[in-house]
Amino acid sequence: MNKKRKSTAGEPVTRLCDLAVGETARVMVLHNTGPIRRRLLDLGLVPEAPVCCVGRSPGGDPAAYRIRGAVIAIRDEDAGLVTVRRELP
Amino acid sequence: MTAPRRILLVGNPNVGKSTLFNALTGLHQHTGNWPGKTVSQAQGTYRHRGQTYRLVDTPGTYSLLARSPDEEVTRDALCAADAAAVVVVCDATCLSRNLNLALQVMEIGLPTVVCVNLLDEARRRRIYPDLLRLEKQLGVPVVGTIAKKKRTLTRLRDTVARVCDTPPSVPSYIRYDTAIENAVAALRSHLPPRTVPTPRYVALRLLEGDDRYRDAVPARIVEDACKHLRQQGITEDGWRDRLVAGVIRRADTVSAGVVKQQPGHDPDRRIDRVLTGRLTAYPMMILLLLLLFYITIEGANAPSQWLTALFARGEQGLTALCRTLAVPDWLHGALVLGVYRVLAWVVAVMLPPMAIFFPLFTLLEDVGYLPRIAYNLDRPFRRCRACGKQALTMCMGFGCNAVGVTGCRIIDSPRERLLAILTNSLVPCNGRFPTLITLLTLFFVGTAGGWGAAALLTLFILLGIGATLGVTWLLSVTLLRGAPSAFTLELPSYRRPQVGQVLVRSVLDRTLFVLGRAAAVAAPAGLILWLTANITVAGTSLLQYGAAFLDPFARLMGLDGVILIAFILGFPANEIVVPIILMAYLATGTLTDISDLDALRQILVANGWTARTALCTVLFSLFHWPCSTTLLTIRKETGRWRWVAAAALIPTLLGIVTCMLVNALWV
Repeated sequence: MNKKRKSTAGEPVTRLCDLAVGETARVMVLHNTGPIRRRLLDLGLVPEAPVCCVGRSPGGDPAAYRIRGAVIAIRDEDAGLVTVRRELP
Repeated sequence: MTAPRRILLVGNPNVGKSTLFNALTGLHQHTGNWPGKTVSQAQGTYRHRGQTYRLVDTPGTYSLLARSPDEEVTRDALCAADAAAVVVVCDATCLSRNLNLALQVMEIGLPTVVCVNLLDEARRRRIYPDLLRLEKQLGVPVVGTIAKKKRTLTRLRDTVARVCDTPPSVPSYIRYDTAIENAVAALRSHLPPRTVPTPRYVALRLLEGDDRYRDAVPARIVEDACKHLRQQGITEDGWRDRLVAGVIRRADTVSAGVVKQQPGHDPDRRIDRVLTGRLTAYPMMILLLLLLFYITIEGANAPSQWLTALFARGEQGLTALCRTLAVPDWLHGALVLGVYRVLAWVVAVMLPPMAIFFPLFTLLEDVGYLPRIAYNLDRPFRRCRACGKQALTMCMGFGCNAVGVTGCRIIDSPRERLLAILTNSLVPCNGRFPTLITLLTLFFVGTAGGWGAAALLTLFILLGIGATLGVTWLLSVTLLRGAPSAFTLELPSYRRPQVGQVLVRSVLDRTLFVLGRAAAVAAPAGLILWLTANITVAGTSLLQYGAAFLDPFARLMGLDGVILIAFILGFPANEIVVPIILMAYLATGTLTDISDLDALRQILVANGWTARTALCTVLFSLFHWPCSTTLLTIRKETGRWRWVAAAALIPTLLGIVTCMLVNALWV
């Protein structure tokens, strides 16, 4: 999968890492494998869970997401494997 | 008298578990607003209504399902069945995620109390959990706490006592989907009835393929259950996901019925926009460091002068006393000029900066800034094929490198953990800050002023951070090759720091501890030095022999033999390097009347110090072998002398090369 972030504004289905700061989405599928999959699920990235991108670190990667009330930093590499559906504002 | 009851304290990282632990036991375990603070199990006792309780603090964990080392510690403690009860500490500001852990803990079967902590913080965020309803939904006692409010703690103690006596009869449990429940039922019938861990819990773990319970039932039965699941079109990954999702759905359902939240009030994001913003993050980091050092250096100046004058008067008094008591000259020399004077300097020079720096740094920790540093630095660290959490252990290193090394347990990947361990001593610790501050103040404040010295110190810290990154990169393309692993990090809410507690804690725990260690090592070292300086063979003292032997090599590095000896003798505690240097100079005859700080400088200058010597000493202090405690900790954490040797050699070589370069290039 292409790691580069890209603008997918307007498309309803996208990758978690492509959300712009302030955008909210719902989780559809996790393609991550191994321990990180378990970790992300544990944090609450289960199908249908709402997630909001609340900021990006100064280097652009990782980004911070609000998941179940907590703010979690996730690298694009891992967030790129999470498919989400944008919520309309 | 009955035996003490063992009570486990578990919770997500950063929910105020350690603060609660301290409040309940009266102990002073260090706390901080960032995940991973408690890396090993702290224990403490308290008495309540005539019964002794032994409280065990466990490392913070989000879940018992994942498999990182500190999560296993917590899970094994829960399954060991020797605890009378378990208190699950939850953060009231994000209850649903915290309930995730609470529900998993309840599954194991120990009598459970759910403690909803940080209620004050929740109120500030306009989050109002309905605790009565939560209790009804969970089927176990729920207590709301605010660590500062004694009354809430008494209620917690009462509740713990109650569940120890009569465990709650019907805790709610998580219902997974039908396929999973059928498989669990099939396995359960083969398991002996036990209270902890419950057969249901063991059955669930067997489905997960957990090795710990492999012998609980014949493998054939587990295989049958799994086969049955597969026949229903569920893959192995599929049912594992269903297990996790089951817990989370339940946690969400419970919390949705309990939390009334007024929407849209989040002051953190505005602060984060500045502290982690694209253009502002790094300048703010440097500015904060600069400010920290400026306040320390300027603030320490006056008290240092005042203390030096006070101790000088004390020395006159002691000398007069020795004269009236007709104490022999050599004894007066050894005790007053040797031990007392050095101790006095340790206190006068080191106490004020420490008493200012540590509380300030602890304040930053308390507010919640450190995880932001890790967040900001994850990209540079990943470029070096390491993990942003290394920035956290690096910050722990500012306090104490040994603590930093232990803290590396928060890093999951063994390769990245080793990188963090080997590079930890490249940032100055408690014991080395005073050396840096003192030398920079003595040699550069006069010419550059407080801001200048602060800027220099900031520069040295940045150099340390740069070296950490550089060495990390070098190691990960040579000895410790590999790709960076995955990384998630919670950015906790900013909290109003508990200023009073921070002051007491950092002065008592850190300042006095470091000072005490320095004094304890400095006094005997002073005596040994005085002896080596005064026992002469063929007209030359032992100290002079040693110094002369090391001198040619030390000169290459811009130091002298005495300074190098001081670093070698400082192996047990870095704090005493400067005192040893002074003592050695004094013992070799340059007796000066010490009345103010400038006199300290005069002694150094009289022994050939220039700004170059000071700079090289500061650099060598930054990059040399870690203290004995740190090396022993590395041995304990890595289990290999090989890594201890690497941890000692890497910074030493770096220091020697840097000093030689500076010395050669200085004009």
